[in-house]
Amino acid sequence: MIDFDTLEKGQQIGSTTVYVNRADLVRYAGASGDFNPIHFNERFATEVGLPGVIAHGMFTMGAAVQLVSDWVGDPSAVIDYQTRFTKPVPVDDPAGSNPSETPGTAIEITGAIGALDAEARTARVDLSVLVAGTKVLVKAQAVVQL
Amino acid sequence: MSINPELAGRVYPAQEPYVVGREKIREFATAVKATHRAHFDLDAAASLGHDDLLAPPTFAIIVAQRADALLVNDPDSGIDFSRVVHADQRFTHHRPIIAGDELVATLHVDTVRAMGSGAMISTRAEIATVAGEPVATTVSSILVRGEDQ
Repeated sequence: MIDFDTLEKGQQIGSTTVYVNRADLVRYAGASGDFNPIHFNERFATEVGLPGVIAHGMFTMGAAVQLVSDWVGDPSAVIDYQTRFTKPVPVDDPAGSNPSETPGTAIEITGAIGALDAEARTARVDLSVLVAGTKVLVKAQAVVQL
Repeated sequence: MSINPELAGRVYPAQEPYVVGREKIREFATAVKATHRAHFDLDAAASLGHDDLLAPPTFAIIVAQRADALLVNDPDSGIDFSRVVHADQRFTHHRPIIAGDELVATLHVDTVRAMGSGAMISTRAEIATVAGEPVATTVSSILVRGEDQ
């Protein structure tokens, strides 16, 4: 367990990379009940003006917080978690690939302590979530009860 | 069809309870690539003080989006789901969600802001147990793109 008194603002909590392919999007659609076809149908996604199939924002948000759960050791310590979805995460379908086996799009996640509340004994972890060098989540912040 | 500006302030009451299942927690955790054992293994959940499998931090989206669907599918709202983009999301947990919970959500339409021919709509789902214990508050904004956007 993390010792609150040892934490400092700005401290890095770690980094990880999550990969997402088309099969992951189908799995997330089924698990979450979000069957918006922009997340699994190329034709439909293109017709509504997107570059192609994109990941559910909630997939990215849900996957990114894993870094915080791992760091704190208890996912239920995440008492508040928010983000803005600013850029779509395109998930390609490379010719000749098996959609379940192709690595897919790399989502790079790093976290740092953004704020500490000594009275409440909470730490705010600010997540940086990038795809191909571009921020896809903005103001991604998880508050952890320690 | 344009967004009904009178939506703000509307409240959609709780529907049938959502019963949180162990397999759903495992399925959702797998889908978001969450690997903590407390989502999969009863002993691991118990060692953190939970009586059953622990749901991942964004699990409440299932309940929240079911509540949002009441608004999106309301013929009176003027919302075309195919033009909806998720703009932001927040979860505030009053206590952890675990398997066996029976949850109900009351949906509040907090703000409706015209954006060209579309609109930004912010909703809040107050999620509680059927016994009335507050479990989570989720706040979400959706951008409904206008015909020319």
